[in-house]
Amino acid sequence: MGRVVLVTGVARHLGSALVRELNDAPDVDRVIGVDVVAPRSDLGRAEFVRADIRNPIIAKVIGAAEVDTVVHLSVTSGPPGTGGRAAMKELNVIGTMQLLAACQKAPSLRRLVVKSSTAVYGASPGDPAMFTEGTQPKVAPRSGFAKDAAEVEAYVRGFVRRRSDVDTTVLRFANIIGAGIDSPVTGLFGLPVVPTILGYDARLQFVHPTDALAVLRRAATEAHRGTYNVAGDGILLLSQAARRAGKPTLPVAGLAAKVAGQFLRRGGLNLSPELISLLTHGRAVDTTKLKTEFGYTPTYSTAAAFEEFLAEVSPGPGLGLVTTLVNRAGSANE
Amino acid sequence: MRLREDEVRGGDVMSDARVIPFNPDDRGRERAAARAGAPETGLTDAVREAIGARGRVLDRKAAGALAFLRRRISGDYEVDEFGCDPDLADNVLLAPFRPLYNTWFRVETRGLENIPEGAGLVVGNHSGTIPLDAIMTMLALRDHHPEQRRLRPLGADLVFGLPFVGEYARKAGATLACGPDAERMLTSGELVGVWPEGYKGIGKPFSERYKLQRFGRGGFVAAALKTGAPIIPTAIVGAEETYPVLGNSRTLARVLGVPYVPLTPTFPWLGALGLVPLPSKWFIEFGRPIPTDQYPEGAADDPALVFDLADQVREVIQQTLYRLLMQRRSVFT
Repeated sequence: MGRVVLVTGVARHLGSALVRELNDAPDVDRVIGVDVVAPRSDLGRAEFVRADIRNPIIAKVIGAAEVDTVVHLSVTSGPPGTGGRAAMKELNVIGTMQLLAACQKAPSLRRLVVKSSTAVYGASPGDPAMFTEGTQPKVAPRSGFAKDAAEVEAYVRGFVRRRSDVDTTVLRFANIIGAGIDSPVTGLFGLPVVPTILGYDARLQFVHPTDALAVLRRAATEAHRGTYNVAGDGILLLSQAARRAGKPTLPVAGLAAKVAGQFLRRGGLNLSPELISLLTHGRAVDTTKLKTEFGYTPTYSTAAAFEEFLAEVSPGPGLGLVTTLVNRAGSANE
Repeated sequence: MRLREDEVRGGDVMSDARVIPFNPDDRGRERAAARAGAPETGLTDAVREAIGARGRVLDRKAAGALAFLRRRISGDYEVDEFGCDPDLADNVLLAPFRPLYNTWFRVETRGLENIPEGAGLVVGNHSGTIPLDAIMTMLALRDHHPEQRRLRPLGADLVFGLPFVGEYARKAGATLACGPDAERMLTSGELVGVWPEGYKGIGKPFSERYKLQRFGRGGFVAAALKTGAPIIPTAIVGAEETYPVLGNSRTLARVLGVPYVPLTPTFPWLGALGLVPLPSKWFIEFGRPIPTDQYPEGAADDPALVFDLADQVREVIQQTLYRLLMQRRSVFT
């Protein structure tokens, strides 16, 4: 008998892409996609269930279909639809609690994969340069998505204690950057001018969606217990990334950024306190465990993932002229 | 967008830019640059001859500066995982300290041959209210070691919390003084610099000059033991006299949230002028490496051994300091 996989958060890009991947997987019989809104793209042979994971109905779906693998992707950093921070927290934390409660009661369940984020490590000047899976954050995230992700992981640890027979994998992704990915960080490089924090230059790490998808697919179809960091090799500095994007930077004093963030949120730009702390202190993770134990080496480095992303968004007009001038002067000199 | 043609055409210019400060007798390339430049600028051979070597050097410098500028604007440079930006460090960040090293402090280095190939932990004494001693040690190894070694200093978390200071410290190659970072750097074969006296050393009063303070918890020894990297005890003479600390404003320090606010003969009385260091004569001596790879596995978890080794390193540095001070004729010459 084949496998039945349930994927949450399929309305978003990564979720629907994973469902299409699993459709083609030979040992997967049935794929069920769940989300509160209908997916924008076609899910192929997969079934879509429009359900809110905060609702106990999810338990019925899992029970009736005898789901053996749950891939939980609906913990998101972007505000869901029209709702604000409260709605996001509700969906992230309460949704996970309900889902885990349903999973705990499902005898058919063999595997649980949870998409988390490297945001759980926080960002502070007192942290080591690279976080390993065992590093305790110096300053625990106190707000926003990072706090949600940390709470979600805490509930997952509780689930692991109660259902030790289930292979549980927690994947901490660095910022996924690519076409169709809508996150605060991709939004940042979509702006005509990239805001930076005055006096700081954050180290950033990116994952290409191809790598994110490959890791999720493997986690869904193979047994990999434990927590793994997922990030492209190497880092880019925020200023360096902005230059590669051909965009001018606008250094803002940290405090001013926090105040401006309150106003800009209404204008569509989500300059949340956690994004500001990321842009201030930066964050990089060690992926040795992913490479050695999980057995996957990301094909795109951070720089390559960013370059791919740039090829997909329109280049900035800002530094074009300066680059041309310097180039011309350079060739004249040679 | 990134410049594609750079990768094809710019290779020569890039290497040119990098060798300028270190490689003065680069005749072949100089001539090539002159040949390439001549038709474009439209100068006749006579004029070119009249401008002479000086013109060609300027030409080359301009080409190097432009190549540098082009790399910076297009973001086409590499940064390592600790945030070190070698291109910026060599060309910009360390540059203002070179005159200080050569003409102001007239630093004399000894024992450069004691620097091992590959990983090593340089342990030095700390003094002088601002970590000029760390910067001078970096320059000694970068500009005067035959292999042009890049020292990776470990700094207190306060450094990385400060705007600008933290940013440029990382870009110059520093990282946080913590076990994981030290071990990661040593494992990848870097030369790591540590000043274990910390604030106690750098902020100590002038009356205690050249008296080594306690060596923290010996975390640096544990990192060396875990990675098997040798420890190079390093004595730095001269930094104590750059800003003689006569007093410490505890109240102001508490208000500002910093470990100490030094009062020197010139600071803060002369304002910004008080920031000019006294032109003391410096010596940096790298001692014989102390091996750490002959201990059994798990030696880093033996506190007695860690303290012993830390004491040994401390003793070597203290003795070297006394010897150098005996040899020194005066503070300023």
